[in-house]
Amino acid sequence: MAAVTQSFQRTRRQKLQVFRGVIFVAAGLFFLVPLFAMFEFTTRGRLLTDPRNLDAWKSIATYPDLIAAIVASVELAAITSFAMLVLLVPTMVWVRLRLRRLNRIIEFICLLPLTIPAIVLVVGLVPMYQWMGINFSDSILTLAFAYVVLVLPYCYRALDAGLSSIDVKTLSEAARSLGASWFTVMVRVIVPNISSAILNACFLSVALVLGEYTIAQNLLYNNLQVEIALLGRANAGVSIAVSAASLLFAFVLLVLLSLFNRGRGRLRLDDLKQVMRTERG
Amino acid sequence: MKWSSPVRQLGLAVVAFLLVAACGSSPSSTAGCSSAKTATSASDCGGMNGLVAAANAEGALNVIALPPDWANYGAIITGFQAKYPSIKITSDNPNGSSQDEVNAVQQLGASNRAPDVVDVGMAVALANTSLFAPYKVALWNDILASQKEPTGLWFQDYGGYMSIGYDSSKVPAITALSDLLGSRFSGKVALNGDPTKANAALNGVMMASLANGGSLDDISKGVDFFHQLKGKGNFVPVQATTATVKNGTTPVVFDWDYLSAAHGTDVPTWKVFVPNNAILGGYYAQAISKTAPHPAAARLWEEYLYSDEGQNLWLKGLARPVRMQAMITAGTVDKTAAAALPPVSGTPVFLSATQATTASAYLGSHWAAAIS
Amino acid sequence: MMGGRRLSLNWLGAVPFLVYVAVFLLLPTAIITAGAFLKGDGSATLSNFQDLSRTYVISATVNSILLSALTAIVGASFGALLAYAIATGNPQGLLRRVVVSAAGVLAQFGGVTLAFAFLASIGPAGIVTLLAKQYGLYVYAGGFWIYDIRGLELVYLYFQIPLMVLVFLPAVDGIKPQWREAAESLGGTTWHYWRYVAGPLLAPAFLGCTLLLFANSFSAYATANALINQGGIILPQQIANALSSEVGLHEPGFAKAMAVTMIVIVVMVTVLYSLLQRRTSKWLQ
Repeated sequence: MAAVTQSFQRTRRQKLQVFRGVIFVAAGLFFLVPLFAMFEFTTRGRLLTDPRNLDAWKSIATYPDLIAAIVASVELAAITSFAMLVLLVPTMVWVRLRLRRLNRIIEFICLLPLTIPAIVLVVGLVPMYQWMGINFSDSILTLAFAYVVLVLPYCYRALDAGLSSIDVKTLSEAARSLGASWFTVMVRVIVPNISSAILNACFLSVALVLGEYTIAQNLLYNNLQVEIALLGRANAGVSIAVSAASLLFAFVLLVLLSLFNRGRGRLRLDDLKQVMRTERG
Repeated sequence: MKWSSPVRQLGLAVVAFLLVAACGSSPSSTAGCSSAKTATSASDCGGMNGLVAAANAEGALNVIALPPDWANYGAIITGFQAKYPSIKITSDNPNGSSQDEVNAVQQLGASNRAPDVVDVGMAVALANTSLFAPYKVALWNDILASQKEPTGLWFQDYGGYMSIGYDSSKVPAITALSDLLGSRFSGKVALNGDPTKANAALNGVMMASLANGGSLDDISKGVDFFHQLKGKGNFVPVQATTATVKNGTTPVVFDWDYLSAAHGTDVPTWKVFVPNNAILGGYYAQAISKTAPHPAAARLWEEYLYSDEGQNLWLKGLARPVRMQAMITAGTVDKTAAAALPPVSGTPVFLSATQATTASAYLGSHWAAAIS
Repeated sequence: MMGGRRLSLNWLGAVPFLVYVAVFLLLPTAIITAGAFLKGDGSATLSNFQDLSRTYVISATVNSILLSALTAIVGASFGALLAYAIATGNPQGLLRRVVVSAAGVLAQFGGVTLAFAFLASIGPAGIVTLLAKQYGLYVYAGGFWIYDIRGLELVYLYFQIPLMVLVFLPAVDGIKPQWREAAESLGGTTWHYWRYVAGPLLAPAFLGCTLLLFANSFSAYATANALINQGGIILPQQIANALSSEVGLHEPGFAKAMAVTMIVIVVMVTVLYSLLQRRTSKWLQ
């Protein structure tokens, strides 16, 4: 009986590996070929007969304004991710625990930024930014207020998927009954269990901020993508090389960010129940 | 005591008068304009020196929609910064349209980041004169009356002729517009923008109309031509950029000759063709925002653009500067740059404001159907 | 009386979020909606909404809805498969980190550069097209499909699939091995496991992510504008034309009316999604 189960498990694992192999190869081809074509274009010389070179890439380093733009965009990415987490995670947990009726409304609100194209949204944001520019600050970092709204749809979805896969109610009630404050419940019970969702939400938020162009451009701020558009007018090779470089930069940043998720052991519900039972004696 | 108080009052009055006179006279020797916002010429600001001093005091200038490869604006910005190092230029929204420029002026009001000056197409300039401040540059008289607004609300700066740029290594030489209907041009012809949106594209369709029996009042022949081109599979709707030109996706582009010529840096075999029977010219216009955050710097920028140095830099970008005739007569024109301009034999025609409105109305209702 | 007080205190928890959203999202939306009722000179009018019946606006709306629906469903399906392939691997492994980071970057990759990446690879002058021509395969024998809706559908998948991976992966991560063991110990096959256990548990998240993909594709503009710069074939392009036209066709009120249409359409799709959620949970039980 055991031998049959083992061989059954083995064939299932083999089938899974074949499935994974096919999926990864297909996805790899679809996503990597256009990127390769971009890279190949940036290495072309001026004449068809010119040898390939990396001049386009080397010239990126000669633009000083780019550094300021990169710094501003990275700061914006950090601020936006942090603000998004602080705003969304407690609210979503609270809604699941106490305000179930608000769920659909929050879901729709978090979808709204995506229903309005950025070119129109900026028209509605301008009065706010005018007021802020006079009374608060003119700095490019005020873009974070708009960016938090822009990332809401994506981050809500990722966090929602994570929260729906754990039993928020039982976990929080158990922790509360053990005497934990709401802060402890959030930070030490819920967050470690949805770490993959939080990480993905941060990925989406960082990638969006680094790739955002329309709102920054229309509010006349020079963030990374606006600076890249300006640079790209120099020549064809540079315009593509600098975009590819920004993709690479975002990729490296996200890989580094993923190292933060060492996957602290998930607090299994059964362990918690065990702890509760022993506590109550 | 009673006698000394009127004497004291007189003494105080004299001292006060002297102080005011002293304060009143010092601005004219150091600060220049006290009201650069309303200065309508350099003399209102105490001459060029006063203007420069006031601009330096402001220390910044915001320009908008001036990509560095558009009529050599990159060199113009560098040139201005070299001449006036204490004025830092911020160049925003490089890919913006003329309408985006006035939108930004309206939306950002008088905030520090609002644009100071705009460089817009004639349609947008004429529709938005309420946003501009009147100013006449020093060499105002060199500009023809038809190319400027009498009080100085807008004044034309540079222009060129609508052309067909093409990569001679990928397509055969073009000698007439009808060549584009040939089989060698399958999937290769693009317009620079959508004519219902972009000024350059509207002029492209108008040029096609002129070459096919239409007139400045009738753009329908141009729309028909592009409909034919699409039917043959030669017209592609893709946005033509330096990258698509270089990699061969759009080897033929309808664009202003000075913009088209810029592709020569990427593609050494790039040629620019202006049909002899359809020389359609178009000029852009400068204007200073009424609510400019740096009014003195804005006016100094205009003085620079219309100086021989500024005009010759535009000429180097293969655009025709508005003072070109006057500079040729005075001998101050850059002769090598002038010789490099694409040759044009014939009299150019220009779209008037009403003709442009008629054309855009026709396009609004017929273009989408024609090229679908 | 106790219940009443508890309810009001509960609402406090949602206040920070609601206030932030009211200022930075609902207020701009209200400004835009108000602007849809104004003419150029500031007078009130309904003409902007009447103008919505222009033929090219209707065709752009239809195109937008079909394009978004197709890329949402196809993107969600492939994205879910890819997410499953990732989730069944080593959770700390390098492959997972690299693939998920790449998905993060590609989910927001778009615009002129994405269009060029496709043109440079399978465009009419692309390296893959030229290579195929050498072997006698003419990719564009049937016309230049990359320059119309079919091309957009393919290019949109490039960011839809990674987006699905990122938002759906946490749900797939939540699949517990005990479920599989339980299904097998009851004598179920793989089909039974997916149909009665994992499927129903993942369905709400799957539907929610598909809705997100729909909205994402619906409002996407820059990529379409780079590939199909003529004719305004999707609704966001019509809006941009109305806002930035420099040839006198500048109609900001009309642009806002079209934006309101987009919001209404997404509201309707969201309602459809809610109904679907409820029916799916009943049907799968």
